[in-house]
Amino acid sequence: MTIVDTLEDGPTCDQDRLADLLQPVLARHGSDPLRLLQILRDVQDDLGYLPPAALTSIARAVGLPRARVEGVAGFYAFLHLVPAGRYRVLFSDNIIDRMLGSEELLDRLCNRLWIEPGKVSEDGLVSVDRTSCTGMGDQGPALLVNGRPLTRMSAERIDRLAELIRAQAPLEDWPAEYFAVEDNIRRRDVLLGTRWPAGEAIGAAIARGEEALLAEMSASNLRGRGGAGFTTHVKWESARRAPCREGSRARYVVCNADEGEPGTFKDRVLLTAHPDLLFDGMTVAALAIGACRGLVYLRGEYAYLLPELRATLEARRRSGLLGEAICGRPDFTFDIDIHLGAGAYVCGEETALLESLEGKRGVPRNRPPFPVSEGYLRQPTVVNNVETLCKAAVIAIRGGDWFAGLGTRQSTGSKLLSVSGDVDRPGIYEYPFGVPVNQVLKDCGASDAQAVQVSGPSGTCLARHEFSRRIAFEDVPTAGAIMVFAGHRDMFEVARNFAHFFAHESCGFCTPCRVGTALVARCMDKIANGHGSQYEINEIFRIHRLLHAASHCGLGQTACNALFDTLHKFRPAYERRLRSLDFEPGFDLDRALAAARQMTGRDDPAAHFEPTPAGGR
Amino acid sequence: MSNSEPSVRPATRRCLATTSLAGCFGCHMALLDIDERLFELIERVDIDRSPLTDIKRCGRCDIGLVEGGICNAENVHVLREFRRQCKLLVAVGACAINGGLPAQRNHLDLGQCLQEVYLTGPGIVHGQVPDDPELPLPLDKVHPVHEVVRVDYFIPGCPPSGDALWKFITDLLDGRTPRLGHPLLHFD
Repeated sequence: MTIVDTLEDGPTCDQDRLADLLQPVLARHGSDPLRLLQILRDVQDDLGYLPPAALTSIARAVGLPRARVEGVAGFYAFLHLVPAGRYRVLFSDNIIDRMLGSEELLDRLCNRLWIEPGKVSEDGLVSVDRTSCTGMGDQGPALLVNGRPLTRMSAERIDRLAELIRAQAPLEDWPAEYFAVEDNIRRRDVLLGTRWPAGEAIGAAIARGEEALLAEMSASNLRGRGGAGFTTHVKWESARRAPCREGSRARYVVCNADEGEPGTFKDRVLLTAHPDLLFDGMTVAALAIGACRGLVYLRGEYAYLLPELRATLEARRRSGLLGEAICGRPDFTFDIDIHLGAGAYVCGEETALLESLEGKRGVPRNRPPFPVSEGYLRQPTVVNNVETLCKAAVIAIRGGDWFAGLGTRQSTGSKLLSVSGDVDRPGIYEYPFGVPVNQVLKDCGASDAQAVQVSGPSGTCLARHEFSRRIAFEDVPTAGAIMVFAGHRDMFEVARNFAHFFAHESCGFCTPCRVGTALVARCMDKIANGHGSQYEINEIFRIHRLLHAASHCGLGQTACNALFDTLHKFRPAYERRLRSLDFEPGFDLDRALAAARQMTGRDDPAAHFEPTPAGGR
Repeated sequence: MSNSEPSVRPATRRCLATTSLAGCFGCHMALLDIDERLFELIERVDIDRSPLTDIKRCGRCDIGLVEGGICNAENVHVLREFRRQCKLLVAVGACAINGGLPAQRNHLDLGQCLQEVYLTGPGIVHGQVPDDPELPLPLDKVHPVHEVVRVDYFIPGCPPSGDALWKFITDLLDGRTPRLGHPLLHFD
């Protein structure tokens, strides 16, 4: 009998045994309520899910109300309050994976395993479901099994997967090539094309001194690579000057590695290929603002990177690049810890990320105060994207003027683009800012592109006549995703996939977003099912305006962007599905009378509606 | 009527129709709560089909007020007539907007419901499910109005107050986008 089996007995469950199981996890995290999310993740790793008794024990140990603990456990998609099977298979559900056949593969796997999507098999062995983009757009269709990524799925691999699961083979015994994740770096520029020895940036920053370092940052005009494009040195200066709370001198550097925007995977490659450069960047930021602690918020989908990243941190401690007296400077103490997310897109929003770092539900905070004055634990905090911090390290070495000489006036330096979709060579392309979209398309081998979704579902959809536009904050801004759609793709289905993504990822805190994203998804389904009309199109526009104006954070504000763009640029893809130009019910009225017809035995004309109603016109 | 002042709203008479579908007539009672403003109302509108006039068929109208959700075939026919004949269709009250109280049956199976009520319930002998063609068949689920036809405006409330209805109707008549504002949307 396994541990989980005994725990399922509920009230009769042996509390002492449970306590023995939880003890090592709680000890590892010092029963720290700030580490609640990490504790829950680890407990789930041990038990397979989070049984009620475990939540009670954890709540007692960390000194939080049980409702708070259950609230956190219930928020994150990768945490389960009921058993989810010993093998938990999650198909990446981005439109790019779908275009590569993920839905057919999901059906195939479910058929092989005799299960329905979203339900656990009766023997508790396996469940198969969908999850938001796992950041493998260049090597899909991808999926996660018990949190580990599998790439390049095919019918053969799926069949083998079903056999392995049925034979209950441990993941370690599965073919290693299934777990291979490639970097696929296709174009290197200043960042990817150079070797950056670990610690070089820190040495250069210390040699310059804090004031001169900030001056270089200012001269570089580096802007945030996470999408918003806020000027980095302004963030750093503000955090440096912001007063700490009474009795504390703590400032924090937080790296946002919650790369959740569907179609983006450049941070994964940076974390794999240049982790030292990132940690150098964090250390340089710490020097600039006077921080002694850094936190990396790594998305749950990238948990497989954790051992390697931890080893890198350990190596840096050994070589004096982390810890006390860094690079021989006695007053410079800094260390970095890595926190894992658990499947919540909204945590990419910086204040939601801070909440999650504090072990809470990932609900965005009110701004202001901004993180630079009240961030992690309400202390001054710099939150920067992985790529931004890498760039900052490079600037510390090469200087601000050199950096400002690359790219365009308002968008200096280079940009990493994650290119996926209908292209011959998907992967990472580094260009100086200002590169025209058609240059990118030419380089990646997209001969028949009809549309390019820039910066993910929350970004901009470009049609052919706009391909001469440039990737830059002053023209088409991007966090890095370039999803390419060839002429035969249905742009309505692309938008519908995005609508469902936002409905799924809305954190539920504010009503406009929680309800609005669900209504939009329902409108899109109604159109897809052939019941749509001009009415739904009007509704989508109306909700778009409402979400844009009334949502609490960027998730809701941008949730309809792709629909808005595709409705303008690919309207016939919607219109050809409409049943009438006025209104149609979303269900079959005549069928709604069938139960009553059967019970009454009636079949007279009044017991039917005409197939195509005159009303509603 | 003179056209000399194009900046002034024309004082044309409008036509109004109202109906109660799967509702309780509470919204119509609320309409009567506009009290003496009823006189002002009939100065400005002709009332076509409505429980107030007992006119059975609706002619061409400017505004149709619909109370209640859609629970049977007759509701659908009446609603379609309103949509066909009214330039603006307004869903009035909780049942029209969400299905309301009648929609509480939506989690039950209609067939089982009819069976229990007419055939197998306590004290029933020789029961029979009524099958007279005069009776409209119930739909398997109760739907809000906007799931069956296009709806132009919604007035929330259970029921909306007389003041809310008055504000909404006069806004429509005066050419303003209706806006209730907080006090009229505030129920506790």
